[in-house]
Amino acid sequence: MRLVVEPRANAPLSLKLLVSIVAGLAALLLVAIPVLLAGRSPLDAYGLMVKGAFGSMFSLSETLTRATPLILTGLAAAVAFRARLWNIGAEGQLYIGALAAVLVGSGLFQLPPLLMIQVVMIAGFIAGGLMMVVPAFLKQRFGADEVVITLLLNFVVILFIQMLIEGPIKDPLALGWPQSVPLVDAADYPKLIARMRIHFGLVVGIAAALILWVVVRRTVLGFEIRAVGGNRAAAKFAGLPVNATLLKVALISGGLAGLAGVGEVAGVKGYLSADLSPGFGYSGIVVAMLAGLSPIGTVFAAIFVAAVFVGADSMSRATGISNYLADLVVALSLLCVLVGGFFVRFRVRLDRAAAQGA
Amino acid sequence: MTQAGSIVLALDGITKRFGKLVANDHIDLVLHRGEVLALLGENGAGKTTLMNILFGHYVPEEGAVRVADASGVLHTLPNGSPGAALAAGVGMVHQHFTLAENLSGLDNIVLGTEPVFRPWRSRIAARRKVEAIIKESGLGVDLDVRVDRLTVGEKQRIEILKALYRDARVLILDEPTAVLTPQEAEGLFVVLRRLAANGLAVIFISHKLGEVLAVSSRIMVLRGGRKAGELVTAEADRRAIADLMVGRAVAMPERSRAVAGAPVLEFDRVSVKRGSLRQSLHEVSFALRAGEIAGLAGVSGNGQAAIAALISGLDLPDSGEIRLDGASLTATSPARMVKAGVARMPEDRQHDGVVGTMSVAENIAIEELRDPAFQRFGFIDRNAMRKRAEAAIAGYDIRCPGPDAEARLLSGGNVQKLILARVLERTPRLILANQPTRGLDVGAQAEVHRRIIAARDRGAAVLVISEDLDELFTLADRFLVAYAGEVTDAGPSEALDRSTIGLLMAGQAAEPTAQVPA
Repeated sequence: MRLVVEPRANAPLSLKLLVSIVAGLAALLLVAIPVLLAGRSPLDAYGLMVKGAFGSMFSLSETLTRATPLILTGLAAAVAFRARLWNIGAEGQLYIGALAAVLVGSGLFQLPPLLMIQVVMIAGFIAGGLMMVVPAFLKQRFGADEVVITLLLNFVVILFIQMLIEGPIKDPLALGWPQSVPLVDAADYPKLIARMRIHFGLVVGIAAALILWVVVRRTVLGFEIRAVGGNRAAAKFAGLPVNATLLKVALISGGLAGLAGVGEVAGVKGYLSADLSPGFGYSGIVVAMLAGLSPIGTVFAAIFVAAVFVGADSMSRATGISNYLADLVVALSLLCVLVGGFFVRFRVRLDRAAAQGA
Repeated sequence: MTQAGSIVLALDGITKRFGKLVANDHIDLVLHRGEVLALLGENGAGKTTLMNILFGHYVPEEGAVRVADASGVLHTLPNGSPGAALAAGVGMVHQHFTLAENLSGLDNIVLGTEPVFRPWRSRIAARRKVEAIIKESGLGVDLDVRVDRLTVGEKQRIEILKALYRDARVLILDEPTAVLTPQEAEGLFVVLRRLAANGLAVIFISHKLGEVLAVSSRIMVLRGGRKAGELVTAEADRRAIADLMVGRAVAMPERSRAVAGAPVLEFDRVSVKRGSLRQSLHEVSFALRAGEIAGLAGVSGNGQAAIAALISGLDLPDSGEIRLDGASLTATSPARMVKAGVARMPEDRQHDGVVGTMSVAENIAIEELRDPAFQRFGFIDRNAMRKRAEAAIAGYDIRCPGPDAEARLLSGGNVQKLILARVLERTPRLILANQPTRGLDVGAQAEVHRRIIAARDRGAAVLVISEDLDELFTLADRFLVAYAGEVTDAGPSEALDRSTIGLLMAGQAAEPTAQVPA
């Protein structure tokens, strides 16, 4: 008797969903081990996590607020990875987008809110997009590796921002705190619910996911993105504009990450500081992978990851278990989904006939 | 021939299923000392599966493999253990060589036969043994040259020496002539006959009838996983074997005389200098005329790739001029070539021809994506694509689950039909067919040939690049021969035979009459 592994022709959607759910449950089972070692009941811990993430209007608002930038950075990674453009720089693009929002939205000119928000969003999108177009261009022109460049640019950008908020754009009224001048009121995202933090950025994220979904499936650009990502040599041979497509993807990917930065400034903080993002750019990669690079899936994956973090904080306060458990849940979920991907692509069965021979 | 003790290898009732597909259905095979058995069959007939079972890569559902030891007694091999066949004296030369390019020939031969934990190597003894084998077999090759500097034919000899060094009593060759010139292939046949005369048993896997008739003493034909017939080569008839392979009478394409028209594409002293010799051209001149098929013969790596890249729109010459319909080509791109009416069939159709993760319909429409027929305001008309694909699937007999099936699920022959449907539906004026039937079965080959000839009869200029001389003699009205980045116009195919072409492929000057001023 031996295990036989065969490639699957076409995996139905139901199988993909089943594998995702089983992978999530497997991750929770694995995380139960350290919880038990900490001397607590895993069921209690998970119950508290769910309650902390979705248990009240306030916690739901917190979860969705946390999910908002993750949707956008997740989409940034998903669209780039679709085209096999490895954008690891969403963190830097997020900060550059936030910087652009502050530069145009902090009193340089006055506009009514409806226009001002659009101007701030466009500025953030373009700034973040150019931040990714440059590495993509360097790759085409000189063969420079985009993984290395985008990753290292993250540090360059954050140091540059720290320099700016200690100097040229420092808020003189902030009692010496290292933060930028605030956005004018007209540039602030409207709140979705009064006295809650949940803001217009969530609408931006969900709209971006829907638009991207339509673009990938129904448009010439989406066709080109899928062809370039699926087989770059064949796309080139067939006459598709491979380089132009990759530059467009870079602009969209960086732009979405830039919008995430705009949302954090205009929706949450109101100003730019060096602790704007606790790694939303990197978590976006995890979100995109959990979603299998699907734009719609990215929304759900972002909410899942956000819920784990918000829920773990709350659980940690109640039980004393470290909130590092959140990192563990997310990491193990990703590993389980990757293992699950194997079962989507291959069929594994026991070959009883072989027993007679061996 | 069947006296006791002469059997070196026996496969008894081998059956292997993959799901519903029966890849091998109760196949019996007996191999005797000193014979060359040709295993003939189309792609998918079960040749590779059978050999994988013999080598323990697959476990058969039924049946057993028996191999004789040195004294001629047959032992059953344990199923599913790849080392057992090697240890029992069965050697295999794969189509794609398994050599370490940075080591010498001798190192490659000895590699893997020495214990890992021994401080010194007995190279002198090894060399003596290899040299004795070379003397006996006629497999002459320089053992001290790094393998990457050897020609393909020499590498193949190293592979055969590797098997013989391990005292193989059975040698299996998988499509060994695919990469050789006719002369090199003839040399291989001489060696194989000599080895067989010395008692080696050879299994020669092929789908080319000509060489099977030339080298084998017995032929076994597989079809659809079953043994379709077994015959003695001396009594076999070419036509009968072809019908056995396909299971039905194959209509060989009829070629009418060409009526060559005006030149469509002209190369005028075109030179390309790239990193390696394989990608370079030196002052190449030729013309492709409307209504004529030109066949470009040559051993792989003599400039064909550079010519194909130029016609495909992937490259521009460093010097010289390419004229398309008399107009000089100063800028190029694949899209420009498509627009100019050039149908391009890539050499490596899986790598350059299709996006495996996209649907059949999308792969058929890919070259005309921006055409108003398939998109409006940047939005794709998926119904138009599907409709076009349905017509192509019916018209070109593409076997697939439907227009929405992913292209990676298609077999090689069906991928080629997909590409034909993509490029020929636009009634192109120039066709580049680069290795159009490599790896295709006889039926699919005939279909591709018929399509190419039909396109020529509509007035297209065609360039067929192929390593299969039989194919070129079937198709070409005129021969071009590539050697070391230069191209010789060998003239109309009626006046040519295989040996003349073979000499040109090996770089020997042809008769003065066959040469054309550059």
